[in-house]
Amino acid sequence: MNYTQHNSPIHEALLKHKKNRVVPFDVPGHKGGRGTPELTEFLGIDCLKVDVNSMKPLDNLIHPVSVIKAAEELAAEAFGADAAFFMVNGTTAAVQAMIMSTCKAGDEIIMPRNVHRSSINALVVCGAIPVYVNPGVNHQLGIPLGMSVEDIKKAIIEHPKAKAILVNNPTYYGICSNLKELVTLAHAYNIKVLVDEAHGAHFYFGEGLPMSAMAAGADMSAVSMHKTGGSLTQSSFLICKNDIDPGYVRQIINLTQTTSGSYLLMSSLDLARKNMVLNGKEIVAKTLELAEYARNEINKTGGYYAFSKELINGDTVYDFDRTKLSVHTGEIGLAGVEVYDLLRDEYDIQIEFGDIGNILAVITAGDRAFEIERLVSALSEIKRIYSKDKVGMLNHEYIDPDVALTPQKAFYSDKKSVLLKDGIGHIAGEFVMCYPPGIPILAPGERITKDIIDYIIYAKEKGSSLTGPQDMKVEHINIVDF
Amino acid sequence: MELWYSEHHSEYVRLSLKVKEQLYSKTSNFQHIAILDTEEFGRALTLDGCLMVTEKDEFIYHDMIVHVPMASNLNIKRVLVIGAGDGGTIRELTRYPGIECIDMVEIDEMVVEACREYLQQTACKLDDPRVHIYYEDGLKFVRRQVNEYDLILVDSTDPFGPGEGLFTKEFYGNCYNALTDQGILVNQHESTYYASYVDAMKRAHQRIKETFPIALVYQAHIPTYPSGHWLFGYASKHYDPIRDLDEAAWNALGIKTKYYNTKLHVGCFALPNYVKEQLNEYV
Repeated sequence: MNYTQHNSPIHEALLKHKKNRVVPFDVPGHKGGRGTPELTEFLGIDCLKVDVNSMKPLDNLIHPVSVIKAAEELAAEAFGADAAFFMVNGTTAAVQAMIMSTCKAGDEIIMPRNVHRSSINALVVCGAIPVYVNPGVNHQLGIPLGMSVEDIKKAIIEHPKAKAILVNNPTYYGICSNLKELVTLAHAYNIKVLVDEAHGAHFYFGEGLPMSAMAAGADMSAVSMHKTGGSLTQSSFLICKNDIDPGYVRQIINLTQTTSGSYLLMSSLDLARKNMVLNGKEIVAKTLELAEYARNEINKTGGYYAFSKELINGDTVYDFDRTKLSVHTGEIGLAGVEVYDLLRDEYDIQIEFGDIGNILAVITAGDRAFEIERLVSALSEIKRIYSKDKVGMLNHEYIDPDVALTPQKAFYSDKKSVLLKDGIGHIAGEFVMCYPPGIPILAPGERITKDIIDYIIYAKEKGSSLTGPQDMKVEHINIVDF
Repeated sequence: MELWYSEHHSEYVRLSLKVKEQLYSKTSNFQHIAILDTEEFGRALTLDGCLMVTEKDEFIYHDMIVHVPMASNLNIKRVLVIGAGDGGTIRELTRYPGIECIDMVEIDEMVVEACREYLQQTACKLDDPRVHIYYEDGLKFVRRQVNEYDLILVDSTDPFGPGEGLFTKEFYGNCYNALTDQGILVNQHESTYYASYVDAMKRAHQRIKETFPIALVYQAHIPTYPSGHWLFGYASKHYDPIRDLDEAAWNALGIKTKYYNTKLHVGCFALPNYVKEQLNEYV
């Protein structure tokens, strides 16, 4: 069958399967929802009926030959890639598959330190060695920026045998690096370019947005379709091109991915891809309009700074994704995480995250004008009622990590638990991070400094949700015990 | 042929009015708007199928949303009305010569157009020179005002739909900010008889109580509204509606009303026990 972008092969196969009224003597045991009536009432019978297992007419995610293969080919075409993989274990799995497809134990990989935990987790699993590049930092806002071409050049010259470079593009805050230049540079040294494009799924479908990884010529990209592309939570795409071997990538994915791929997740990817191909221009235009409106209104309120393209500096901020509504809150004397909590507890508004100096609201075409008004009004109220002097606000500087051991070595070493402050000078055996955004403050193998411990304590006091350590209360930290 | 309009007051309760003729039916950017000519209640405006006003009983709602705060402070000069596309609230306000300015913010221009054409009973004073109509989101409008109004009346639809933003803490806070230090806020406050709106009402009341030093609820009996028993919220920075009521002075204004009087003014703040219990429960 000849499929076009107007098709959704997995979705269509599921519709047909439903119509055939096939008698299920296979898993899942709920049998179209009849076995768990309360769940069926909650999620809806239509949903349970297509929660099915792999079978010949529906193909198999671990070895696609029919409808999943067709859907993956359509996705590849939509993203301008040579191959695409449906991922049902989150963009985390996609990021890990990129790293594990290009690096083996002992190989070097160049990456900024502000990567998502999934990247460093991949290093724990596969044993690759990180070469951290200091991302630029905007001191006024306290946010990490993109990768500077000069810094990457320096890292490549110092580590010419590195196998890959991993780039966050865009960052959570919407900041983009000069991907095209980075690709040219890396390819000249035969280094693969992997892009964590978790927050950039929409780049492929709209106008007036920064350049996507595939358009820039990158080798692989992890695209969170569920974040800004409209599919269900936990579904994602891994896309690749150039001389990446898709058969090998599939083997890597199958090392850790489930053999019971969810058809709910896969059909959501299929339909989200179709929707973005057919309607993406309008969807992105509406998103931009809403985000620009909110940004203007918030900036008119005063005190807040909703930043945008004016940050562009030709290097560490090469471009900016204007669909992101990132707002600096430091000037009203409140940490971002405090504003984040107030919005939820006092105003019933849930935003994506608040860090020390900023908040981020995700805007999509699913938003309506009156909800934007609520957000803007609530921010103006928070300023009126809660704003205070800036005194005592910690200005977060980038803390250059001292990588004493590889993440894998540190993670699997003998460890002992000590009080946070007693960890100073030792090597961390585990992660510490605020989640969201999930960027490690400390990663396994890094030497613990007083600055880092001060920052962790400050983030805790401000109410950030800290994750990573074995000690759920984050009073103790595991250090490598030699 | 018999034509009946029915509104669901709960999943299992309906109110039906026999319709002579449908005069208007259009869908705006915000909602479906209809005006029906009914046998018993005269002309009726519905939004998304919910009954808003009828010619026969609109006087109760409009008397009570306007005269209770107006009698609590006889020096009100600047008024902001949010919603009120049918014009009934405006009509009652224009009866006070002391009012200098009435700003009306209605999100849906088509409601006003429909009422001007088919519901003159309520829309008749929209052209009063003191009235300025702004077609925009109420939450957005009020956010930009500081120390501007002596009275804000929120004549909104239900808390689900286009009026949703008008039942939020940020809206009440923005209203507080837009009011002078003598300001009063009155809002339509739903009913607590049927379960589906109880939580929204309790939450709204809690939010107002957190924002204003004086936050009370008063009642009226409106035959076509669900349960017939309706509530209004009275929030104020300074004026207590009972302590500051000057009966003689208001009666001297000579405003003839069909429902409101100054004795009822005091009485309407006395609530049934089940309502008092619901309002005192923390959400």
